[in-house]
Amino acid sequence: MSDEESSPQRVAIGISFGNSNSSIAYTTSEGRAEVIANEEGDRQIPSILSYVAGEEFQGTQAKTQLVRNPKNTVAYFRDFLGQEFKSIDPTPCHQSAHPREHESTVAFSIKDTESDDENIVTVSEITTRHLRRLKNSASDYLGKKVNAAVITVPTNFSDKQKESLSKAASEAGLEVLQFIHEPVAAVLAYDARPDAKLSDKIIVVADLGGTRSDVAVIASRGGMYSILATAHDYDLGGALLDQAVMDHFAKEFIKKHKTDPRQNDRSLAKLKLESEAVKKALSIGGSASFGVESLADGIDFTSTINRTRYELLANKHFASFTRLITHAVEKAELDVLDIDEIVLAGGTSHTPKIASSLRNAFPPTTSILAPSTSPTAINPSELVARGAAIQASLIQEYETEDIEQSTHPMVTVTPHLRASIGVLCISGSESQGLFRPLIDAETPAPVRRTAQFATPKEGGDVLVKICEGVREIKVTRAEKPQTNGRKEDDEDSEVDSDDEPEEVREKVWRVGKVLAEAAVKGVKKGGKVEVQVNVGPDLAVQVIAREVGGKGGVRGSIEKPAVVENGSA
Amino acid sequence: MATALQVSLPLPVLPEGWSAEKDFKAAGTLSSATQRIVEPVGPHFLAHARRKRHKRTFSEDDRIQAQENVKKVEDEDAGDISEPEDPLMLQRDAKDWKNQDHYAVLGLSKYRFRATEDQIKRAHRKKVLRHHPDKKAAAGSTEDDSFFKCIQKATEVLLDPVKRRQFDSVDEHADVEPPSKKQTQKGNFYKLWGPVFEAEARFSKTQPVPKLGNEKSTKEEVEEFYNFWYNFDSWRSFEYQDEDVPDDNENRDQKRHVERKNQNARKKKKTEDTARLRHLVDDALSLDERIKKFRQQEHAQKNKRRIEKEAETKRLAEEAAKAKEEEAKLKAEREAAEKVEKAEGKKAKEAAKNAAKKNKRVVRGSAKDANYFHAGGDAPPSQIDAVLNDVDLIIAKIDNEELALLTSKLNGKKDAGEIKVIFAEEVARLVSAGTLKDGEAKSFA
Repeated sequence: MSDEESSPQRVAIGISFGNSNSSIAYTTSEGRAEVIANEEGDRQIPSILSYVAGEEFQGTQAKTQLVRNPKNTVAYFRDFLGQEFKSIDPTPCHQSAHPREHESTVAFSIKDTESDDENIVTVSEITTRHLRRLKNSASDYLGKKVNAAVITVPTNFSDKQKESLSKAASEAGLEVLQFIHEPVAAVLAYDARPDAKLSDKIIVVADLGGTRSDVAVIASRGGMYSILATAHDYDLGGALLDQAVMDHFAKEFIKKHKTDPRQNDRSLAKLKLESEAVKKALSIGGSASFGVESLADGIDFTSTINRTRYELLANKHFASFTRLITHAVEKAELDVLDIDEIVLAGGTSHTPKIASSLRNAFPPTTSILAPSTSPTAINPSELVARGAAIQASLIQEYETEDIEQSTHPMVTVTPHLRASIGVLCISGSESQGLFRPLIDAETPAPVRRTAQFATPKEGGDVLVKICEGVREIKVTRAEKPQTNGRKEDDEDSEVDSDDEPEEVREKVWRVGKVLAEAAVKGVKKGGKVEVQVNVGPDLAVQVIAREVGGKGGVRGSIEKPAVVENGSA
Repeated sequence: MATALQVSLPLPVLPEGWSAEKDFKAAGTLSSATQRIVEPVGPHFLAHARRKRHKRTFSEDDRIQAQENVKKVEDEDAGDISEPEDPLMLQRDAKDWKNQDHYAVLGLSKYRFRATEDQIKRAHRKKVLRHHPDKKAAAGSTEDDSFFKCIQKATEVLLDPVKRRQFDSVDEHADVEPPSKKQTQKGNFYKLWGPVFEAEARFSKTQPVPKLGNEKSTKEEVEEFYNFWYNFDSWRSFEYQDEDVPDDNENRDQKRHVERKNQNARKKKKTEDTARLRHLVDDALSLDERIKKFRQQEHAQKNKRRIEKEAETKRLAEEAAKAKEEEAKLKAEREAAEKVEKAEGKKAKEAAKNAAKKNKRVVRGSAKDANYFHAGGDAPPSQIDAVLNDVDLIIAKIDNEELALLTSKLNGKKDAGEIKVIFAEEVARLVSAGTLKDGEAKSFA
């Protein structure tokens, strides 16, 4: 509000601030989100700051300083923000400035001025400097002074971390309009595409970053997103894949020259940088060459690696990516069959093998949105920043108070349906009916859905039977057809699935409680019946059934449950 | 959400004997729900938040959103034509267009020279829709299109930038009469004169025009304001009030005469206008309290400096006088003291002389008392002479203090022997001091 007065023109961008890389994006006047390249032309700007004789370097320039000037180069600092020293994991910073305890926060001791004295710079100060650079890059690109941003954070970012990030941002001259969760931003980036159709689906977002991986299972219901489960792995990330490549070349080097380049800090840094480049090249091409001048003892080293070799080397890591994702699905008490979409985000998602091993782990009905499996996939490194930019464009007109009120738990906490609501249809021969879901489980109330149903060929009176449905997994074996009622039984059958590859698992609906019946009389031949179900915030249901184009129709309401228990699934 | 899901599977046929009140039968309630947080992201969430915060249902929200969109358009339209039409104006004759108020005809009298081209166009359209002669004919009234012609003329003038400027030049309705001196003195100068200058400012070639400001304006601002108005560059012209020039085919001389007359009239009016404006600014300047204030301040400043200077010289003079006085006083004191000292010195000398005389007498007397140191009987004159000479010698040799000392020793002594001893001692002292020679004053030896 007060900000509004002082700066009537709010220019907002989306910032994806990652541990390894950051991205900035804006929304064009046509409503398309675009990622901004910084002065060096990078769209993934390494979250690294380096100081050489008082001069500040950021991004790729700073990254190259990891070799020459590691002590004055700060990297991988995002997760330290708002944390106490005892609770941080300094492993990724092994080859850059080391974090140290300073008062109640984390700081780095670096020479950031021209003088030779080391200064203690807190992590929030570093973040401010980093964000200021990002802001300036965006301002230069847009030609307008950027003063607000939507920043993405992992789902498990604590309030304290958000608070320090917000403070650091405001010091950098950015008003944080909102913090949004990275996986949700990724989904939003896909849903905001002009050709995207709004449907109810369960999405798994795997954000595979440089140093950590986060997976979230999200129910997307009519464009509203609810996180059902999350899984985090702080070790699994692109760095592990780099490590595999590094070890490979290090061994090769030892074989030839009898020295281990990993013994020497400088050689190690060179090896690491080149390995990362090789890994990226392998995501695009079938083979890549590795070349470092004066790797160790002044010996130049060149070699090549092909993708098959690389995939073999890093196979166990690929498996853990898949495991992490399936684990998250289990945590959400869902089956792989329930997953409609897997969105791969983060730089590591470029790796084709990760997508292909997911393809094997999930049924064909699941679409996997990764560059190697889907030609329409958005660049996974840019997904999150784009989502943030879209959100920024949506709310930049809002007043600060409005944003606060809209994100208040009063608004965000909503009852989600535990079972699907649907209508019983006839499927050809079967007379007892087939359940057609109208509103899926985990849909937040209030909700309104309409569907048009065909009628028997000859028309006449039809029955609309509204019931709850429960999704079940049916496992059928080719020789010995067997129907397992519950999902728990599937686990057993999965064990011996190796012996019986013919096993077929499918999703079926079991009809649950009948909610209401309604009759639509005198439907014309070839006519259609429209059913609208309206679930109120208190779970009372309104049903309207009528013939399409007809008048009147049948209206009825189902009372809300006697006791709305605060169910926690 | 609005698009309906299409299901190709047919619905079941209504079983025989199924019946319910209003064809609807509720059979159960929903299972309880799970409370979860919806991610506050995306357009659909924002719609959800709007519904939830304002407690609207889906259909209500749809309706309100739609209404909000519609209203904006209506508001925009309503603004220009809200003015009531004066019935007298509706009866105007279009031939008398020179005297009509074009803005009033179009219902833009509150905008006047501020009206944008877009506003004029829209106002014209509104008026045409209402006053089109065909409409009047359809309504059954006579084919009176005079006001319609007025509208067309007004639009013609106002949409032509040159003609509009000419009309604006003589648009008296936009003028604000300057308040009289009495009014100004009674009322608020800034409130009364501000609109006058704002109205005049429309003729300025240079925009924006400095504002009159208020009592808190700085001297620079006020000066800039009056400087601007004294150097006012006006585009005001008076072609609009020209007499009609006769056609070419009539008398050429007559035509030239009229043209010249117009030319002169314009020039005259322009000069008058410049003079008027100058006069107006003069009036304002003379009534402007700020000018007085600034002048006073300047005066005060100057005076202050002068007073300070005077005070300084005065102080210096005073100081000098004081110093002089003090010096004189000191001198007088010193002189007085000297005088007193002198007088006292004289007195003491006299006293000392007297004392010495007295002492001498005593000393001489003591010699006499001792019978001139002659044993028995009257002393022979030789003895007396010798003793007295000696005593005189001693007296002559010693100074006043020693004489006083000697006198005090001799005082009260009657015994000749004692006196002799004292004299002898004195002689001995004098001899040892070298004032007396050995052998002198033998009578005391």
